[in-house]
Amino acid sequence: MKSEFNLKLDRCKGCGICVAFCPKQVLELDTLGKIFVAHPEKCIACGQCELRCPDYAIFVDKVKEEAKK
Amino acid sequence: MSAKLMQGNEAVAEGALAAGVRFFGGYPITPSTEIAEGMAKLLPKVGGTFIQMEDEIASMGVVLGASLAGKKVLTASSGPGISLKQELIGYAAAAEIPVVIVNVQRVGPSTGQPTAPSQGDVMQARWGTHGDHSIIALSPWSVRESFELTIKAINYAEKFRTPVILLMDEIVGHLRENVELPAENEIEIYPRRTPKKSRAEGYEPYTPDEDLVPNVANFGEGYHVHVTGLIHDETGFPSGSPKITAEFIKRMHEKISRAADEIIEVETDFMDDAEIAVVSFGGTARTAYEAVRNSRAKGLKVGFVRLVTIWPFADKIIAELAKKVKGLIVAELNYGQIVGEVQRAANGNCAVKLCAKYDMTIFEPEEIESAIDELISEVGGK
Amino acid sequence: MTERSYEKFFRQNRLPHLWCPGCGNGIAMKAIVQAIEKKSGWTQDNTIIVSGIGCSSRASGYMDFDTLHTAHGRAIPFATGIKLAKPELNVVVITGDGDCTAIGGNHFIHGCRRNIDLTVILFNNNIYGMTGGQASPMTPLGKKATTAPYGSIDRPFDACKLAEAAGATYVARSTAFHVQHLTKIIEDALDNKGFSFIEALVQCPTAYGRRNKIGEPAKMMAWMRDNAVMKNAWDKLPDEKKIGEKFPIGLFYKAETETYDEAYHHVMEIAGGASK
Repeated sequence: MKSEFNLKLDRCKGCGICVAFCPKQVLELDTLGKIFVAHPEKCIACGQCELRCPDYAIFVDKVKEEAKK
Repeated sequence: MSAKLMQGNEAVAEGALAAGVRFFGGYPITPSTEIAEGMAKLLPKVGGTFIQMEDEIASMGVVLGASLAGKKVLTASSGPGISLKQELIGYAAAAEIPVVIVNVQRVGPSTGQPTAPSQGDVMQARWGTHGDHSIIALSPWSVRESFELTIKAINYAEKFRTPVILLMDEIVGHLRENVELPAENEIEIYPRRTPKKSRAEGYEPYTPDEDLVPNVANFGEGYHVHVTGLIHDETGFPSGSPKITAEFIKRMHEKISRAADEIIEVETDFMDDAEIAVVSFGGTARTAYEAVRNSRAKGLKVGFVRLVTIWPFADKIIAELAKKVKGLIVAELNYGQIVGEVQRAANGNCAVKLCAKYDMTIFEPEEIESAIDELISEVGGK
Repeated sequence: MTERSYEKFFRQNRLPHLWCPGCGNGIAMKAIVQAIEKKSGWTQDNTIIVSGIGCSSRASGYMDFDTLHTAHGRAIPFATGIKLAKPELNVVVITGDGDCTAIGGNHFIHGCRRNIDLTVILFNNNIYGMTGGQASPMTPLGKKATTAPYGSIDRPFDACKLAEAAGATYVARSTAFHVQHLTKIIEDALDNKGFSFIEALVQCPTAYGRRNKIGEPAKMMAWMRDNAVMKNAWDKLPDEKKIGEKFPIGLFYKAETETYDEAYHHVMEIAGGASK
């Protein structure tokens, strides 16, 4: 795991911008139309999702492997 | 201070300075321009700011911004400009921003007769913006009173956090008199209201004080207030609640109406034995006063009533008068505006006769004297 | 995760904001607070946010400063009053294409002309969003709006050219897609002493994109990515290649000129009131 997500679902309006601009297809909208980290293992923590989220609902941080252990 | 030859409009500028006004935004318009010119000259001498804006709406906007930043502010115009300012007069009422707007009235509607006197904006002063709102309007009849009422207007704007209209007319605006202005220590100044709580103590900018007026913090003092023209609750943020909307509109009115006795000023003379009286205001009152004196010299029992405060209207005082006299003449330089208010307040207890003039010229005393003679013959008495 | 430091600039109890799903205004608002955060000396106590009326102008309510939501088109006069009353305050104006260039057009050009020290950020969504999609002076030719159901025939303003011609001393454009670039130019604009103007192109999927069949929010942003050309590249582009919907972004104009409050200070010095 290279990244840690923090989702503020009460802010998410399901616009799909983060899904569209994720270069690794990590994100999907769930059946209720909110953001869902479907493939966390593919994430490269580039931050494109957070950058363009108009609702400040998704945050992603790089996590060092050692820190995880 | 020694006596000085001065114009009504100049006295407004001097009065504003004495009242602590340190910001003026305006746009040139006859017959009010001398106020802007006076402020342009005076304000930079005392560290104040004068700015000529691109239009009348901007002139209102700029003074409201300065008022929110803590300055006492003034703007001045005449009917056509006031028509434009109406948008932000409403904003000032809704957001409760202290501001004084001078209207040196000229003949309207529209461009009308730009250099000729009129008192045709009485109802505009009351209702000149959309929606329910309350207002204060004062009308001076002399140069010295232009100075004094400017100070009073600024004080009321600050005390009640409301727009106040100084309802001048071209007669008084351009009248030159030798006046002795009050000394600085004779002038009472109402300071800007300040918050009584800190943010940490749960300060809310629009929580009304005991007098129903909120203590909205000035910008730049760390309170992080939000100001909007939308109907808002005590936090200052918009509210869609019917209850809050109704409470807000009620408070807007009641903060003024509760203080009506303090605000309403009516000057009377020759009233002790008067059987009829002439009601007038502003420049017209000068002619009315002479007409009353001339009629007295002829042995007629005529009194003189001058409305210093136009809005809120002097309902109680007129109602009392109507019970004492047989008739009231309302002399006004328009087709008939304040007469409706007098009729309403008199409530049928005496005759109410309109003496109107709207031909660009001011009243001659004889015209009002004729109206006095006619009313006396209609209601009896002498 | 540690909370993002810019979150302190938002009134948390007002979020989530009222903008539609995918609206670009939220992106531009974040760019503004991130730019402010980088300015030493700019605090929540000495920075005032002023807005007009419209979708863009609801931003002021979400930002934890002294904030002023004025009347339609009037943000610049109010902001002028604040700045001249207290020149030590930093004043930022948030406006929209209708607010700034239609009903507030006169105030806009005169603010530029005076070089009042304000930073004006226009959220250009090409439409009146709040009232449901009427044409604005920045709706492109041929695009549809409820008041231009057959396509707009009104030639649009280039607000940046307008600002430059009127005397603004910092003029730049960016987009919601280029959010880092947008944040950077806002930072530069905050540094400029004088009237700074930034046009931030933002997507309005609800009232503009849908009616003009541009697609969902991400597609509108992809359009920005594909059509925006950086100023340097744009200048080298031959005219025959400046075609279709291509448009330049970046810094267009910058000048050093005395600001209005500096000039007025000289007036006070002449009049003898500068120290009062």
